[in-house]
Amino acid sequence: MEIGLAHYLIVAALLFTLGIFGIFLNRRNVIIILMSIELMLLAVNINFVAFSSFLGDLTGQVFAMFVLTVAAAEAAIGLAILVVYFRNRGTIAVEDINLMRG
Amino acid sequence: MMPVPDLIPALPELFLAVAAMVLMMVGVFRADRTSAVVSWLAVLALIVDLVLINRGPLARTVTFNGMFVTEQFAIFMKSLIVVGSAVSIVMARQYNERNRVDRFEFPILILFATIGMQAMVSANDLISLYIGLELQSLSLYVLAAFKRDTVRSTEAGLKYFVLGALSSGMLLFGASLIYGFAGSTNFDQLAKVLSSEAGLGSIGLIIGVVFLSVGLAFKCSAVPFHMWTPDVYEGAPTPVTGFFAVAPKIAALSLFLRVMIEPFGHLVHQWQQIIWAISLASMVLGAYAAISQSNIKRLMAYSSIGHVGYALIGLAAGSAEGVRGVMVYLAVYLVMNLGAFSVILCMERRGESVEEISDLAGLSKSQPMTAAALAIFMFSMAGVPPLAGFVPKFIVFMAAVHAGLIWLAVLGILASVVGCYYYIRVVKLMYFDTPAEALDPTAGGNAVRFVTAVTAVIILLFILIPGPLLATAEAAAASLFQG
Repeated sequence: MEIGLAHYLIVAALLFTLGIFGIFLNRRNVIIILMSIELMLLAVNINFVAFSSFLGDLTGQVFAMFVLTVAAAEAAIGLAILVVYFRNRGTIAVEDINLMRG
Repeated sequence: MMPVPDLIPALPELFLAVAAMVLMMVGVFRADRTSAVVSWLAVLALIVDLVLINRGPLARTVTFNGMFVTEQFAIFMKSLIVVGSAVSIVMARQYNERNRVDRFEFPILILFATIGMQAMVSANDLISLYIGLELQSLSLYVLAAFKRDTVRSTEAGLKYFVLGALSSGMLLFGASLIYGFAGSTNFDQLAKVLSSEAGLGSIGLIIGVVFLSVGLAFKCSAVPFHMWTPDVYEGAPTPVTGFFAVAPKIAALSLFLRVMIEPFGHLVHQWQQIIWAISLASMVLGAYAAISQSNIKRLMAYSSIGHVGYALIGLAAGSAEGVRGVMVYLAVYLVMNLGAFSVILCMERRGESVEEISDLAGLSKSQPMTAAALAIFMFSMAGVPPLAGFVPKFIVFMAAVHAGLIWLAVLGILASVVGCYYYIRVVKLMYFDTPAEALDPTAGGNAVRFVTAVTAVIILLFILIPGPLLATAEAAAASLFQG
């Protein structure tokens, strides 16, 4: 079977959906949320690289490089905020992040 | 070898980036009282930036291989953003000192966020859009968690981070679909592709636009993507909340305007329904959910959601008149919010900040001038003529009527009547309720009191000389449609 653009797009869409569900259904640990965010960004990268290859245009791959860079910065800042939060609260369980609600 | 791109149109951004990095070095290498020095230098850098922005080319100029664009629209929006950032730094000084968060990183983070916001306003490519948006968001996540030894502030930062990252993911997924189905990330190219029949019919492209607008709606906290707003506004330190309420919102809305009008202007019939729905939902939720709030920062959060709804009416109209309405709205919104937050920053009792609306009871007896200023801001936000808040509301409603969106205008007016209730409740508390224990009369400091006075006078007297702002906004809105 020939593997075409549609296959790549389906994999990317599945990974992206998995990432979103990971954020909303997970009730235990914020680290899992960070992993889900990373999963979403990587799914987008699959999209970009697949499109870039099938269009014969390099812009998508350049975009993917930018996304990778920003994702690294984002993960660093996310983990830093998580560490300060843990110092104050002593837990990173998702159900305990409920000081403010309305 | 590639030729060096024309740097002149991007001079304000380049200057601000260099200034922010120099200030970071100043902060690191100076030993004592760094924060005050860096803050005032940051304000100075923003003033120079404002001058550079306004001396830039008026005509539409594209540089960096089509990545960066500037025209009157960008100049107008960037000026608002820079004013918001500079005033936020000034207002934060005393609060930061008193709450032992007086670190020099604060003004620098605001500077970096401002560069990001200016890049957003000037983005002419999905890549530069994304980079600007992330530079802004990453700085804002840190700012929300800036009071790092309190649970509330760090929780606000964490929530903002998770939901912000989710929205960036959505926006990127949309960007990837748009790139794939249109074959380009450049806004001018996209507009060209979409002007043909084949481009308009692509379902993948429309799904991409929907994802992109979800991401943008998240950033400007329009319903149904508003859920982070009240929590983040409540938890973040008050000067940061004041900053969040003005500059990032203006940047997100101007990005929203540019993306919808320039590259996707030909898809107006597709996105108009989406904007119609989120605009109405924001107005209604902003009006009803604010009624039951007791914390003034949460109240301001819902109020800002409502204001985004009104501003989006102008975008839903999809005309130059509507865009002009949004621009005037944002200018007036900036002044009203800076004023209101300057009063909130003055709410202290025995040296401790208080945030309950009931703490304002009887303010008219103890501090008549402050109470009068807050009353002016509240009436203006409610849209009572002849205060400034009435003018932009009137313009966006007229634009909606001219664009045939009569129902949106009618429902918007009804929502604003409901919204009057909670704005006027604050006024009633200050003037007619039995006084609570008096607030500290000198809290906030001279700079904040000065901001209160100036903004109150502007709001009060705007109706006498609205001409210059309306004319500038009209020219700027027209420049967006020429692109």
